[in-house]
Amino acid sequence: MQDNHNNEGGAISQKSAEIVTAIIITLFGAIVMWDSNRIGAGWGSDGPESGSFPFYVGLLIVISGIVTTISAFRADSKELGDFVEHEQLRMVMAVLIPSIVYVAVIGFTGIYVASAIFIIAFMMWQGKFSAIKSILVAVPVNVFLFFMFEVWFTIPLPKGPLEAMFGY
Amino acid sequence: MEEINALMGGFAVALTWQNVMYMFIGTILGVLIGTLPGLGGANGVAILLPLTFSMEPTSAIIMLSCIYWGALFGGAITSILFNIPGEPWSVATTFDGYPMAQKGDPGTALTTAFTSSFVGAFVAVLMITFLAPMVAKFALKFGPAEFFAVQLLTFCSFVGMSKEPPFKTIAAMMIGFALAAVGMDTITGQLRLTFGEEELMRGFDFLIAVIGLFGLGEILLTMEEGLAFKGTEAKIDAKVVWQTWKKLPAYWATFIRGSLIGCWMGVTPGGATPASFMSYGIAKKFAKNPAGFGKGEMEGIVAPETAAHAAGTSALLPMLTLGIPGSPTAAVLLGGLLIWGLQPGPLLFVEKADFVWGLIASMYLGNIAGLIVVLTTVPYFAAILKIPFSIIAPVILVICAIGSYTVGNAMFDVYLMVVFGIIGYVFKKLSYPLAPMVLALVLGDTAEGAFRQALLTSQGDMGVFFANGLVGGITALALIMLFSPILSKLWGMVSGKKAAA
Amino acid sequence: MAISMKSAFGKALVGVMGAGLVASVSTSALAAWEPDKQVEFVVPAGTGGGADQMARLMQGIIVKHNLMKQPLVVVNKSGGAGAEGFLSVKNSKGDPYKIIITLSNLFTTPLATGVPFNWKDMTPVAMLALDQFILWTNTEKGYKSAKDYIEAAKAAGPGKFKMGGTGSKQEDQIITVGLEKATGAKFSYIPYKGGGEVAVQLVGNHVDSTVNNPAEAVAQWRAGSLTAQCVFDDVRLPYKTKVTATQSWNDIPTCKEAGVPTDYQMLRGIFMAPGVTADQIAYFNEVFKKMMATPEWKEYMEKGAFSQTVLTGKEFADWLTKAEADHKQLMQEAGFLAK
Repeated sequence: MQDNHNNEGGAISQKSAEIVTAIIITLFGAIVMWDSNRIGAGWGSDGPESGSFPFYVGLLIVISGIVTTISAFRADSKELGDFVEHEQLRMVMAVLIPSIVYVAVIGFTGIYVASAIFIIAFMMWQGKFSAIKSILVAVPVNVFLFFMFEVWFTIPLPKGPLEAMFGY
Repeated sequence: MEEINALMGGFAVALTWQNVMYMFIGTILGVLIGTLPGLGGANGVAILLPLTFSMEPTSAIIMLSCIYWGALFGGAITSILFNIPGEPWSVATTFDGYPMAQKGDPGTALTTAFTSSFVGAFVAVLMITFLAPMVAKFALKFGPAEFFAVQLLTFCSFVGMSKEPPFKTIAAMMIGFALAAVGMDTITGQLRLTFGEEELMRGFDFLIAVIGLFGLGEILLTMEEGLAFKGTEAKIDAKVVWQTWKKLPAYWATFIRGSLIGCWMGVTPGGATPASFMSYGIAKKFAKNPAGFGKGEMEGIVAPETAAHAAGTSALLPMLTLGIPGSPTAAVLLGGLLIWGLQPGPLLFVEKADFVWGLIASMYLGNIAGLIVVLTTVPYFAAILKIPFSIIAPVILVICAIGSYTVGNAMFDVYLMVVFGIIGYVFKKLSYPLAPMVLALVLGDTAEGAFRQALLTSQGDMGVFFANGLVGGITALALIMLFSPILSKLWGMVSGKKAAA
Repeated sequence: MAISMKSAFGKALVGVMGAGLVASVSTSALAAWEPDKQVEFVVPAGTGGGADQMARLMQGIIVKHNLMKQPLVVVNKSGGAGAEGFLSVKNSKGDPYKIIITLSNLFTTPLATGVPFNWKDMTPVAMLALDQFILWTNTEKGYKSAKDYIEAAKAAGPGKFKMGGTGSKQEDQIITVGLEKATGAKFSYIPYKGGGEVAVQLVGNHVDSTVNNPAEAVAQWRAGSLTAQCVFDDVRLPYKTKVTATQSWNDIPTCKEAGVPTDYQMLRGIFMAPGVTADQIAYFNEVFKKMMATPEWKEYMEKGAFSQTVLTGKEFADWLTKAEADHKQLMQEAGFLAK
């Protein structure tokens, strides 16, 4: 796999992405089979047991995972090219990492505050909007969402200290 | 002609100022609820149900059912604009709706979806009006074996059409089945694949997976292309509705097939989601240009939307005549009827004729109201695509997060949605097809359940799937569908040889 | 239009929206505890089922009669046969803003799945009612009595007759096992997802009998497609108004009278999180007391032929202790306990 890194601009080669994914899928299938076997994967007197359907599903996953892994190993890495280039990976991470942080922050600040911060940060950082413009989008959107969920439809979403100050 | 008189009486009940106003309030709320992923029709109706207790039952049910129609219409909006299905039954709408919108035609895509929904609903209401007692009898014929056969048919009509490598297709599909099996096994009450984790007991909700795979996954792919759409060049024109309407009659066969599939699946609780997949699959099999499907084909929007709305509407029939809900929303409405002191079931048409015909009349009116509401919003919704990506992307992500949370009231689902987003991105890039995975996730649980229920009734005898004409016929049809690509190839070889000779 | 704007819906909506403002102004005046924010009403079952219906009816009555100043919000947490809902209450120690409605899965779920919770992990508030079960058969088959049916099942041989029910290792299957034990007949139990579906499967002759709740099968009973053979209680149902052309709930014999002695009722009760104060329990008891006095509640009880047994405090706890022991014994005998 080392030679793949010679490709200009390629962060991850298509070949290694194929192999890693196929191996993960195979492992997933194996776990499914293992747990299904634990609860019984036979054919009882009146039809299949709880585990038998997932067991065979797991088996098919393992088989297709192995076949995909092997064919990925045999494929020509030059022909396959890159899974993702450095620049592309940077762009994807620019969304993915803030999204992960956003989702993690919800637990502390509640969903409305986290969402407002996320929208402001994203707009300023990615869209190069001014702080005022960003706030003017983020705050009304979240106030609207707050009223819609908490007040009109009375669906409680995760809330934090700010909402608690208003008695929610 | 009895029905016509009764229906006219129904219109008299439904057409008061108050009721018409409730219709519009209901559809607007419904569109809103349908647009937000996670907040489905069933939730919306359940939430508003207690507020309607002090209303007149007829008005209340009119408003609540209009919320349902609105949600059926609204589900398509986010599917088309952002590739995020607002409702489970609009997943199939994303396949062609989103590419069409990306090509710069969001107005056409939305108009097609709304109009198809309306046609599906209209056919279903006609059926409810004239064939209710007959159809109810038909529904009674469906036991576990028949349910399984229907699921199998849905599945078979959809598979065998992806261009992706076969082993990747199998892997994706089986992953869907495996995820569907997580949680409690309905047949034995055993917990499966939960590894002692409390969060996994709930199982994987199909909507969470879909919001992640399609919604977040799509945003990641778009980012990779370097913020490709800084607002698409969407041509938005008030005339788009007329222009689309001129093209639609060409798909009359798809409309008819979609409506029939929808009515059938709605009455024999198969549900709107399988109906939309089945209709899409069959439309593609019969299409003149199957290669265009998935790239923004109009027919690929017509088929699932017609079937989904027909199924959603006809799901009220078994609720009214038998007291069994054909969909989760119908289940909530059923609860509402009981609370108002109405007993759905065979006698409802006799004892509360006014109410029933008022409701049926309101189905006609409510869907017309719904169509008016949604068509007027087409330009506004289409205009959303003109907003720069750096504004719309975080808002979409917020909606994805809220949507995932509201499905099961759990933060865990929000984390899961992000994981599915990453899976969606990787799978799309490595050409693992997502559609079979999603379909397996929808059907897996119910299909397995029906299969095992059927075997319990037959004490393990597989013959139960061919035990009578109905189940045997559906099973056979399913197998024909599954092998039709091979069969048509063989046919082609045979006839080809003849031509050569 | 002006008149319609003043409609009930508008009022209800305004009421809900306004409630927050009103309460935040007038909290300090009262000595007794009162919620100062919305209360979550957890339903450990899906939307549309019996428990969900009851919870939403309660919510509706409370809004309509203005029994609580703060909104009561129904939240479904049905995962793992309700375990998700119970665990969420168990883990909210001392939180008075969460109440939960229970059904039999309060006992059956921990026993059948091994998920770690027990009713003692929560604070019992009140038993609102008991839900009844009835043995139903398809009228076309012409069984004259429960005894008649059981004899036919015995004659056909073990496993030949099919009993449809809701869920697996839950109340319907427990009753089936109880019935088998009392009579010696042996059924194939077919689990379905919802009670309404079960009733219709019986009408379509896909199963031979069911043990549906009255509410789940009443429509088909009135239409004459189903016959109510016997009620799983030691006394007859008290409701004497005619429901079908010829019968009232009271006309259905008890299973004991019919010669197949089995009984079972399902709890419809309310619990709170562990560690709440007596004041807080008293507040909800007061609300439920007012709610149960409304005509809407009484009508609902009669329509669904509920047993209106209301218990609170120690009596409720005693009842729970006994019911838990009964469930454990029944499920152990049936081999339903988690391994």
